[in-house]
Amino acid sequence: MDDLLADFLTETSESLAELDVALVKLEQTPDDHATLSQIFRLVHTIKGTCGFLGLPRLERVAHAGENVLGKLRDRQLSATPGIITAILAGLDRIKAIVGGLAETGEEPAGDDTALIAALNEAAAGRAHAPAAATPEPPAAPEPPAVEESPKPAPAAAPAALPAAAPAASAAPAEAAEPAVAGQTIRVGVDVLEHLMTLVSELVLTRNQLLQLARSQENAALAVPLQRLSHITSDLQEGVMKTRMQPISNAWNKLPRLVRDLSHELSKKIELVMIGADTELDRQVLELIKDPLTHMVRNSGDHGLETPAERQAAGKSETGRITLNAFHEGGHIIIEIADDGRGLPLDRIRAKILKQGLASEAELAAMSENEVQRFIFHAGFSTASVVTAVSGRGVGMDVVKTNIERIGGTIELKSVAGQGTTFTIKIPLTLAIVSALIVQSGGERFAIPQISVVELVHAQAGAADGQSAIERINETPVLRLRDRLLPLVALNDLLRLNGETASVSAEAPRYIVVVQVGANTLGIIVDRVFDTEEIVVKPVAPILRHLTLFSGNTILGDGSVIMILDPNGIARAAGIGAVGESRQIAGAAVEAASSGEKTAMLLFRAGGSEPKAVPLGLVARLEDIPRDRIELASGGLVTQYRGKLMPLVAMDGGASDSERQSVLVFSDRGRAMGLMVEEIVDVVDAELSIQLSATRPGVLGTAVVAGRATDVIDIGFWLTQAFEDWFRGAEDGASVAAARVLVVEDSAFFRQLLVPTLTAAGYRATAVGSAAAALKLRDAGQRFEAIVSDIEMPDMDGFAFVRTLRAGGIWSALPMIALSGRAGAEDVEAGRDAGFTDYVVKFERDALLTSLRQCLAQPVAA
Amino acid sequence: MTQAVLERPTHAAGGVARPAETAGEEEAVFVTLTLADQLCGVPVLSVRDILGQQSITRIPLAPPEIAGSLNLRGRIVTAIDLRQRLRLPPAPPDTVPMSVVAEQRGELYALLVDQVSEVLSLPASSFERNPPTLPPVWAAHSAGIYRLKERLMVVLDVARLLAITADRP
Repeated sequence: MDDLLADFLTETSESLAELDVALVKLEQTPDDHATLSQIFRLVHTIKGTCGFLGLPRLERVAHAGENVLGKLRDRQLSATPGIITAILAGLDRIKAIVGGLAETGEEPAGDDTALIAALNEAAAGRAHAPAAATPEPPAAPEPPAVEESPKPAPAAAPAALPAAAPAASAAPAEAAEPAVAGQTIRVGVDVLEHLMTLVSELVLTRNQLLQLARSQENAALAVPLQRLSHITSDLQEGVMKTRMQPISNAWNKLPRLVRDLSHELSKKIELVMIGADTELDRQVLELIKDPLTHMVRNSGDHGLETPAERQAAGKSETGRITLNAFHEGGHIIIEIADDGRGLPLDRIRAKILKQGLASEAELAAMSENEVQRFIFHAGFSTASVVTAVSGRGVGMDVVKTNIERIGGTIELKSVAGQGTTFTIKIPLTLAIVSALIVQSGGERFAIPQISVVELVHAQAGAADGQSAIERINETPVLRLRDRLLPLVALNDLLRLNGETASVSAEAPRYIVVVQVGANTLGIIVDRVFDTEEIVVKPVAPILRHLTLFSGNTILGDGSVIMILDPNGIARAAGIGAVGESRQIAGAAVEAASSGEKTAMLLFRAGGSEPKAVPLGLVARLEDIPRDRIELASGGLVTQYRGKLMPLVAMDGGASDSERQSVLVFSDRGRAMGLMVEEIVDVVDAELSIQLSATRPGVLGTAVVAGRATDVIDIGFWLTQAFEDWFRGAEDGASVAAARVLVVEDSAFFRQLLVPTLTAAGYRATAVGSAAAALKLRDAGQRFEAIVSDIEMPDMDGFAFVRTLRAGGIWSALPMIALSGRAGAEDVEAGRDAGFTDYVVKFERDALLTSLRQCLAQPVAA
Repeated sequence: MTQAVLERPTHAAGGVARPAETAGEEEAVFVTLTLADQLCGVPVLSVRDILGQQSITRIPLAPPEIAGSLNLRGRIVTAIDLRQRLRLPPAPPDTVPMSVVAEQRGELYALLVDQVSEVLSLPASSFERNPPTLPPVWAAHSAGIYRLKERLMVVLDVARLLAITADRP
């Protein structure tokens, strides 16, 4: 039998029993409004559930009864014995049908027209006692007939995925039978909670007693205490069991969800559920329901490909989502796996840079898994791939937070083209956990055992180096099996620096290595005691803001102790989503270009600090012999490819040595050279520039390869060479004075694009957002072309171009997309959205060529 | 006026009998306590327990008023240092603090004081509102003043004493 139906039957039987009592009460006090409302509600619920379960006969009877009750409640009728009799007759019929349902799982056949007519009569106010009494017994006790068989609808829902849920459908079926047979009783959750609290206290008291007994050699006590201990354990287990529910309760809705999802997305999805009878604490179950639903939805939406894509990839058309639950050492493991495309690493990397969560260098040093884990980062929405199904504000960060809140962890593994697996590890119960007791600054603390990986005994200044705490500029780290483990001293973190601090610097220390997400972290403590079963109690409301603690508890010796929250410690220590790589990442910068990196040319000119310029702007690097630099008409020039090229020296850029390094910038046959002291390197770096307008020739400062670096303003230096650089270009250009609008959220790129475009003879206007651009449009400003960034906050380039193409005075303008990447797919996506062309950021020539072509087209047409 | 010295913790407010001879006039019953030589009173109905010296677990990073937490028959009670709360100087080292346990929204709090003395039943006629010149810290946590024969008793407002916000310096 369907377990929904079983629930319904249990509930309805109870309701019916209540109804009998209530109706009799009503007959005695016909004006009791509260009783009437209660009766109406009960019948209404039965009717409503019938409709939901597809029980038409029951629904019709209940509906007729409800009509009468509604009138009674609204005081359009008064409760005469005749009416009550009619209603009671209706209830008897409902009981008979429910009885039949319980036996066969199907509504018994029968004719209710007479009864319904009587009820309708009553509702219309024409009830006579005899008329209502007549239709009472005839059809009700009829044996359940099979031929009519209005099969309950919900049975069809799981049946739609028959292969999908063998275990799931089998387990509840067994559980459902006794539920109807009356072998279960319903107990309020609060009663169970209270029992649980009592048992928790009992466990604590038992622990206390055991501790006492250990210190006092009393043989007489030992035996009964042992017994008490055993019974307490059994009791604890028994009470826990009352709170346990199979995980299928949380999975019930998923087959339906997946079915709807596959229709909505036109994908073929198979849902496989393994271990549906794995039991876990009711409280935990409630808390993981939503995250699980969200993740399954995500897998179906983002993870699995369309049938066509799957076929192209050589997979079967039907995508598979596998849910697997099992016990593992006091924990429950739930795996949600799909065999889809895997996480898009490139997209995630781009997003990380975009949101400034890590620098290029940090990213380069990260493992794939570390990058993937960014999807758990708060606010890390994969907004560009939001569909109606996913991305409705419940991000993976919320999932992670929810799981961490119940002391669980979430891991993910993703292989491109093969799928993604999320592994959730949660404690069996929230009430009692195993914890490691440590001491720091004279105070004891508990660390939940679930997050403890290992204990290391370290000695500051130990000679062998293996287990010594070393310091990088006062920051302690530990060498642990070829890795550097970031350390936090609990004393410092909790500001427990008492008189012990100075002494303990030399003393041996213990390091508790804890796992927080994908990061490991060492917590330095003074002493490590035992592990103990503790009952987690929430801290007082006035202490809730202390995120380092997840609760408090009473130890076996009766003292109160705070429970440390490893997540909170990691956050306080600055080890968050970016992970340990931030701590370890050296100056090494990988030159491989990916994501939103920009190639920067590093050079020096006056002073030791490096300067940088985007490599895309530099035409060539030259090394000119000193003697080839001549003085002409008040400026330095050199003969360069048959022409005279003006040279401009940056401060300290002119060297006295034999040869002079020159950066050549050129444009339409004109070139200028910027003399610099030394060309250092070319690195790929993320550009986040702090602009400063204080010094001419410098756009601002950025961190490149780990060093603060001045980024020079090419526009300034060009005018140093040719005062008329911009004007001159204007004169000679065929596209003279074409107005170009630049939409770019990065101030740096704006500053760079405007001079570049101006230099090429355009009149460039730059705005910082799509919204600002639209304002210009609405103000009636005219342009001949638009150059727009793709990735911008609020409204991205794609949305912007769609808005423009949709109408308005700019709808026919050529639009060029600027983006960090221009793979074939990206170009395709760009053109689909309505861009005329798609150019990689900093491909200066490409941009100018594209602009020329775009502007030439209308002329040619 | 009757006095009853508390020998051992009273469990509930009902444990303290109202004196019989004060018929007629409306009276209120207070547990009196001393804080830096100032006599204070807490309505007896808001007192759950009176405790002698307890071992208190410090809570790192907590606001300074919070002395720590203690175990009261299996329940964890947050201890509030009333001297800190009322910006009084720390108690001299030889004082053995006692505490008055109060309940607020299901949570127990122990108010650490220098000394808990007696339970007084006071007539409403000797009640006065706070004089306007009372220092702000006291005015903020006092519900009024009782005139006793020899001294004045400040009525502490437990709810306001417990309204500790995290951002207080």
